[in-house]
Amino acid sequence: MKLITAVIKPHRLDEVKEALQAFGVHGLTVTEASGYGRQRGHTEVYRGAEYTVDLVPKIRIEVLVEDADAEQLVEVVVKAARTGKIGDGKVWSVPVDEAVRVRTGERGPDAL
Amino acid sequence: MPPGILTNAVSLSAEKVELSPANTGFMLIATALVMVMTPALAFFYGGMVRVKSVLNMLMMSFISLGLVTVLWVLYGFSLAFGTDHGSLIGWSGDYLGLSGIGLTELWDGYSIPVYVFAAFQLMFAILTPALISGALADRVKFSAWALFIVLWVTVVYFPVAHWVWGAGGWLFELGVIDFAGGTAVHINAGAAALGVLFVVGKRIGFKKDPMRPHSLPLVMLGAGLLWFGWFGFNAGSWLGNDDGVGAVAFLNTQVATGAAMLGWLAYEKLRHGSFTTLGAASGAVAGLVAITPACGSVSPLGSIAIGIIAGVLCAMAVGLKYKFNYDDSLDVVGVHLVGGVVGSLLIGFFATGGVQSDAKGLFYGGGLAQLGKQSVGVVCVLLYSLVISFILAKVVDLVMGFRVSEDEELAGVDQAAHAETAYDYGGTGGGTSLTRTAAPAAGSGSGDTSAQEAQGDTAPASQAGTSDRAQGGTPGKAKKVDA
Repeated sequence: MKLITAVIKPHRLDEVKEALQAFGVHGLTVTEASGYGRQRGHTEVYRGAEYTVDLVPKIRIEVLVEDADAEQLVEVVVKAARTGKIGDGKVWSVPVDEAVRVRTGERGPDAL
Repeated sequence: MPPGILTNAVSLSAEKVELSPANTGFMLIATALVMVMTPALAFFYGGMVRVKSVLNMLMMSFISLGLVTVLWVLYGFSLAFGTDHGSLIGWSGDYLGLSGIGLTELWDGYSIPVYVFAAFQLMFAILTPALISGALADRVKFSAWALFIVLWVTVVYFPVAHWVWGAGGWLFELGVIDFAGGTAVHINAGAAALGVLFVVGKRIGFKKDPMRPHSLPLVMLGAGLLWFGWFGFNAGSWLGNDDGVGAVAFLNTQVATGAAMLGWLAYEKLRHGSFTTLGAASGAVAGLVAITPACGSVSPLGSIAIGIIAGVLCAMAVGLKYKFNYDDSLDVVGVHLVGGVVGSLLIGFFATGGVQSDAKGLFYGGGLAQLGKQSVGVVCVLLYSLVISFILAKVVDLVMGFRVSEDEELAGVDQAAHAETAYDYGGTGGGTSLTRTAAPAAGSGSGDTSAQEAQGDTAPASQAGTSDRAQGGTPGKAKKVDA
């Protein structure tokens, strides 16, 4: 199994979600995140005091998949999340040792 | 305003004045409008602080509604508006406890009952110390603040209100024009803020850590409600509507405030590149402050000028704290002191004569006489409030310590002082669990045994898990400040 993690622009969440559903993914976890890469932040002004806000709002999506699907799924996410402008985010995958469905106790790929 | 700004013609006929239901009804509404300014101020200030101390900011204003109300009944009204003693202070036995006042007894020379005047003036006394709290955001003990309010209104506000508005008060007799509180309220509060800051000092991280407003919508709500309430503050200060002066004050309040907002926004756009929400709210308040003393003595066009000047000067003044390194957290000095001084002095230029009083300003052929009087009022109230407020703050600091501990400040005053969290965003709720209910203890017959069993537990345990949430949500750092 692999854990695919994607950090994307918030407004691309719907596209990525639909693409994942079309691909056949049964479930995912979404977290509101903040961070920066090459995009960096923006400037805000409050009564003359200027702030540089480094951390930009992002959405973090996590999906568990079988090994065979991992590579293709990364491509699906990348395609759905891309706008071509700076700050589109990153997608990566890591191996997963074990997964258990809490309700039934099913393990491994059966739990996905 | 109170007695002395009456023109001679009106005061000669004073004995014949009868109770006016119209004026009385209007003044009751105006009183309620001024009352709403203190909660409005709480929101205006509350939105500007960080999440971890918003409740404390709200409470610093709200507590004034309790404390000053009680003091006002006991002795405050007597000190401010009792019979004059030496032009410095009032004192009337009948006013102690408001106990010797007849139901339909009229306020001297006016068509409204003393009770209505006392209630109206009470709202001013509540608002003024609350204004000071903006300078002290995020770092003072709540009990110390409460003690300071008690001392401050007693030694500073009640006497200064007498000087400016009381019959026989020395600034009043001198002919200083202050229609609704440019000196007594705004310069007074702004100078006090500066005096207290010498004792209390800066927030941890001032000029280094990010201190962005946590909720600008709350700031806008507060500014809007202040604007609304200010019509009662200004137009009500004529205590009636028999001669049109109250209507002029009402209109000028709107005009100067709109112009000041434009002035602040224009300055900000040129200087910093954006029309900010906080700038619009701040500009409006600066205009309200500046027109407060002047709304009964200038024309609508004069109000536009006063508004724009106040908006621009206050927008410039809020940068001074970075230059001179004092942490006037929410710009009480920059907005209320500077706005109050601007409005009070500009009367010396823009007073048209023939409205509130016959005094004319420099631009209307009155020479420098009125400007001189205004300057005396400004300087005397400023210095008195600055010095005495510093001393009172020092006393509070020696008695109980004015500031919270460093740990409490970093975690947020909300938890240290009020044992509450402002916003529960759901989710994990910070790991909160209910450890004791508020059900009555044994013997009350409530039958809530679970509550009784839990009596031995300590309530604050539920607070421990929430501190991480309170500190989060500000992913930026102060980069550059306007000096």
